Amino acid sequence: MKKKGIVVLMLLTMVLSLLTACGKSSSNAASGEKSVIDAGAGENATELSYWTFVELHGKHFEKMLEKWNKANPDRQIKLNVTVMPYDDMHNKLSIALQTGTGAPDIADIELGKFPDFLKGTPQLEPLNDVIDPYRDTIVKSRIDIYSKDGKNYGIPTHVGASVAFYNTEILEEAGVDYTKIVTWEDFKKAGEQVYAKTGKHMGTADTSAMWQESMLLAQQGSDFTDADGKPQVNSPQMVKALQVLKDLQDSNVLATIAGGQPDTEEAYGEFNSGNYATAFMPLWMMSRFTNYMPDLSGKIAIAPIPVIEKGMPRSVGGGGTGTVVTKTAKDVQLAKDFLAYAKLSEDANIEIWNTLGFDPVNMKVWDMKEVTHNPENEFVKYFKNNPFDVLNEIRDEIKYVKSVPASPTINNVFCTVTLNEIFEDGKDIKQALDDAQAQIEQELQ
Amino acid sequence: MIKRFLYSQKVAPYVFVLPFILVFLIFWVYPLGSSVTMSFQKITLGQEAEWVGLDNYTKLLGDKIFLKSVMNSAVYMLCTLLILIPLPMLLAVLINNKFMWGREFFKSSLFFPALTSVVVAGTIFRLMFGEMDGSLINSFLGWFGIEPVKFLKGQATGFIALLTLATWRWLGVNMLYFLSGLKSIPDDYYEAASIDGASAWQKFRMITMPLLKPTTIYVLTISIYAGLAMFIESLMLWNGNNSPKNIGLTIVGYLYRQGIEKSNLGYAAAVGIVLLVLAMTINMIQLAFSGLFKKED
Repeated sequence: MKKKGIVVLMLLTMVLSLLTACGKSSSNAASGEKSVIDAGAGENATELSYWTFVELHGKHFEKMLEKWNKANPDRQIKLNVTVMPYDDMHNKLSIALQTGTGAPDIADIELGKFPDFLKGTPQLEPLNDVIDPYRDTIVKSRIDIYSKDGKNYGIPTHVGASVAFYNTEILEEAGVDYTKIVTWEDFKKAGEQVYAKTGKHMGTADTSAMWQESMLLAQQGSDFTDADGKPQVNSPQMVKALQVLKDLQDSNVLATIAGGQPDTEEAYGEFNSGNYATAFMPLWMMSRFTNYMPDLSGKIAIAPIPVIEKGMPRSVGGGGTGTVVTKTAKDVQLAKDFLAYAKLSEDANIEIWNTLGFDPVNMKVWDMKEVTHNPENEFVKYFKNNPFDVLNEIRDEIKYVKSVPASPTINNVFCTVTLNEIFEDGKDIKQALDDAQAQIEQELQ
Repeated sequence: MIKRFLYSQKVAPYVFVLPFILVFLIFWVYPLGSSVTMSFQKITLGQEAEWVGLDNYTKLLGDKIFLKSVMNSAVYMLCTLLILIPLPMLLAVLINNKFMWGREFFKSSLFFPALTSVVVAGTIFRLMFGEMDGSLINSFLGWFGIEPVKFLKGQATGFIALLTLATWRWLGVNMLYFLSGLKSIPDDYYEAASIDGASAWQKFRMITMPLLKPTTIYVLTISIYAGLAMFIESLMLWNGNNSPKNIGLTIVGYLYRQGIEKSNLGYAAAVGIVLLVLAMTINMIQLAFSGLFKKED
């Protein structure tokens, strides 16, 4: 009789201990890659830690740190860079900020996650004082997306102007001239020709990202949220946007892609093997081409995105990384000063283009021919035409979608459920959007 | 003084169980207590927690995604029970058979997957079940003239991938449990049965299965819990917590999404409490049915 009691007790404790066990192993999953950049720093340098989810961002800081240490011998810095996968980094940072221990001094936060870090009382340092000297030179909306109640918490990396990347090899094979594509109607005709002649799809119908919806909403002067930041994802403009995309998918111009959108490992492979002819993406997609799709070198041309009707704005800022200084930083002022220098100064903006291939937020750089058209630049070499020729053509047409507390929820519902329902299952657009609106409102309660 | 203390028959037992009690109190009772508290609060970054009564729980009831995750976990648990109890039992009986050829080889090769990291296994399974024509499973299907399947984008096909991963990984472990159970069954019973003219099936049905019952109950109990608490397999298979249409979202996955990804710790705590209650209830019912609480005659 006693024996049974013990067995019961043992089973129960085991079941309970499993709970703790499962929590533990997930946090072990990612410890990240660490490297220390001393960039000529002396013995008295302050060591700052920096978390990022993009390895290249660390390289940019390395270059800027060298200049900083040379110019500020009494305020030298050693930077401790940790690169972690996207989700892991944001989750770890969120836990570290909530518990008040273990956060780095400086961290990258992606736009899609940023509103979550602005909830309640942000555990980040306001950066207004260090941004002020550069404020006139940089695109205002890129600062606004990382702000709350007039306080700027993040320093932007790029504008992220959306453009179309055309694989000219496929287009030539089908006899299509991409420079003639102005409206979605033109794009559809071109795409049908490509599909008929090559059997390949002109572009992707994205199910795990909302770049395309942002573009089509911006063209119609609309947004995912209204003026008060309330979600309005079943608006007539949104319905129109998805109708355009769905119609393209139905006529075999667009097709879903492995990975769900162009900026995924699976999709890099698909593009690299020449299975899709177009990617509609923010300009930072350039660095993905040079890094992950070497076979397409010399074949990719950049052009403005097609519009619903001629005269509509042809671009929208997409994605972005706000670099922040945490409240627990060792030397807040030093971290802030360095950050502003490394990302906002003119030098930094030139470097951002040179190293990262991003469209810098200081638009003066866009006009520096010797920088933008430098024949030695790897991005200039890789692409068929110069990206800045396109950027300068659309520079006054770059619209913005708002980033509000509701944005991460909207993004989550669309990228997991709604877009899959529409493009994979063929669910009725209006119905899918109404469901999404209801789901988002329910989650935001 | 110390000696007297240690040799005291009254005190010594308590000293010996103290490490366990401490671990239990610090790492289990305390977190559980604070989870219960948190589940009645709204916790916002950098601000004092705010008491919201039953709000988190009432919200959970109307939360379609939460219900979906409960459904997923329940279906996954049931499927693992249906696969991961009969199959390992059968394999254990086969391997335990004296006439079986290559016993040690099968034993270790079936156990081997349990030693791999779920992270690595999940990643490899994701690539195997990829939607491209060239992925492993789709090339197999191609030989039989079947069109490529988007495994990880459909509910049923996604679960096939998930269950394949679970079976591959846990088959050997459960088999070992059953093997050790089989070792404790004396050969005499089988001999006696043979003399009485029992068939192999009758022996399995009348001797092996009843005598394996304690092992089966044990495996059932841990499988129920492991099934309901599954998370990393899904996380790795879909390369993140956001599977298309939430087909791979589990209860723990939802807890992770709310608590860690969206910093709604209060709401996430409520999810955790529901999971605990659910797992405990199912296990209690199961244990009651299997007669574990009955007094020995």
